[in-house]
Amino acid sequence: MFSLLPDTPRERLNVVINGKTVSVPPGFTAAAAMLLHNAGATRTTPINDEGRAPYCMMGVCFECLMEINGEANQQGCLVIVSEGMRINTQHGKREVQA
Amino acid sequence: MNAACDLAIIGAGPAGMAAATTASELGLATVVLDEQPEPGGQIYRGIERLAATRPRHLEILGPDYAAGLELTRAFRTARIDYFDSAQVWQVEPAEAVNRVFYKRFGSVGILNAKKVLITVGAMERPMPVPGWTLPGVLTCGAGQTVLKANGLGPGGNGGRFVLAGCGPLLLLLAAQLTRAGIKPAAILETTFNRWAALPHLPGFLAAPGYLGKGLGLLRELKAAGVPMHKGVTRLAIKGDTQAREIEFEWGGSLHREPVDEVFLHQGVVPNGNLAWSLNLAHTWDDAQRAYRPTLDAWGRSSVASILVAGDAGGIVGAKGAEAMGRVAAFAAATDLGKIDHEACERQARDARATLDQHRAARPFLDALYRPAQQWIAPPDADTVVCRCEEVRAGEIRRLVTEQHCPGPNQMKSFVRCGMGPCQGRLCGLTVVEMIAECRQVPVSEVGYYRIRPPVKPVTIGDMAAMDVAVRHDAVGL
Repeated sequence: MFSLLPDTPRERLNVVINGKTVSVPPGFTAAAAMLLHNAGATRTTPINDEGRAPYCMMGVCFECLMEINGEANQQGCLVIVSEGMRINTQHGKREVQA
Repeated sequence: MNAACDLAIIGAGPAGMAAATTASELGLATVVLDEQPEPGGQIYRGIERLAATRPRHLEILGPDYAAGLELTRAFRTARIDYFDSAQVWQVEPAEAVNRVFYKRFGSVGILNAKKVLITVGAMERPMPVPGWTLPGVLTCGAGQTVLKANGLGPGGNGGRFVLAGCGPLLLLLAAQLTRAGIKPAAILETTFNRWAALPHLPGFLAAPGYLGKGLGLLRELKAAGVPMHKGVTRLAIKGDTQAREIEFEWGGSLHREPVDEVFLHQGVVPNGNLAWSLNLAHTWDDAQRAYRPTLDAWGRSSVASILVAGDAGGIVGAKGAEAMGRVAAFAAATDLGKIDHEACERQARDARATLDQHRAARPFLDALYRPAQQWIAPPDADTVVCRCEEVRAGEIRRLVTEQHCPGPNQMKSFVRCGMGPCQGRLCGLTVVEMIAECRQVPVSEVGYYRIRPPVKPVTIGDMAAMDVAVRHDAVGL
């Protein structure tokens, strides 16, 4: 489990992870918010439906793909959270919507 | 015809920031594009915000991190244009004017630049072991990133974590976490041939500070009582939906540790996709076991208008990268006629001497932390090699030995290896090492994936919107 070190400022903003409102410090990325709130797998793979979670945290591995504010396949480790941001884990392949 | 800036610098780590500062002093109209919201790259990640909002964490991260403040201050005051949060997804080289395509806050921009300097830094060498795709397994770099950028550490709620692999970053992260009061359950060190590094010791000793720092970290970890197992020969991470246990072979027997997190590390390699996408000539660096763009002493690549500096051009470390950024800025200024060759030689002397010093320290580190074969070409058939397309080691070996698949690009056609969202970043080196091993030829003979733009995700909508995109042509100078 990841947790905040002592001497971290108290300022927080609210984001919604999989429908649940949680608070995170400003400047966090969506992927860091997922780690802080112990989200476990943040997506399942398109091939074998395996659970995956943030791995490199610097934009090269693409494991932290997630749905942010309704848009799928966002690199969670590169998106800074804002008040009210909706972050969802994503499952398998994207599907074409009729 | 749109006006062009003199120099576009891609990446705002030590090389990019130093290059930008020097280039602006030399009178070049300079634009820096960087993926992150703040300057610093990975090494000085989040440093401005950390110093402003949680200065006590500077002690945890140590003086080498804090040193980045001076560089970011100079960068902030330099007369340049700095586009943060900008993802460069293609560079179209041309002799007179290169076009740099980037995405920023949801819209696409095109920047014209006479010279392009690539300073995109390093990434961690992939370390495929059984279970490395499980949630709870991250790279040491990731562990350090959340510590720097977010003040986040593992081991919350009595959780246990281990660091496994080898390299300076592994020891540094372990020491930083220990300083923060978060003690690793164990360090599983995979270093296997210390003696091979010995002949390179003089260069290492001549570079200021390296030896003291390394010994200091080891002393710190020992004093804190962090168990260190040296010479681990096999690793496997187990768990159902999450890492639960790490199994390792050490001292001739099998051991198990319960874990919540595992941090892997096997050194760093150039972050190569942008350079590859430009078709720059590359050299296989056997000492660093990685490809790097072929460069002259000033950072000029095989394409006349493109330069590369810092770890993106071959691993030199943060201080070496900073020096090389300056050297490349002098080269760009000379090529653009801002200074003559004689002035360039004279003014670049200090930066070149610094660069040489840091380069001289590398052969020792490269030899000491040279990854053993089992970490770069996984022996277990079930180990995932291509994380995106879920291609396993056994399949790759079978295709080479039975189907005579000769190289990485043919491997793409067989099993889509390297064709997922990460575009081969996390499997490229493993795949070429494995093919070379099976074919019993040097890696240089196997080549590398042909990387094509866009090298960052861009939607059809973004491309369609390009004609009406904001064009940042005129530079505020």
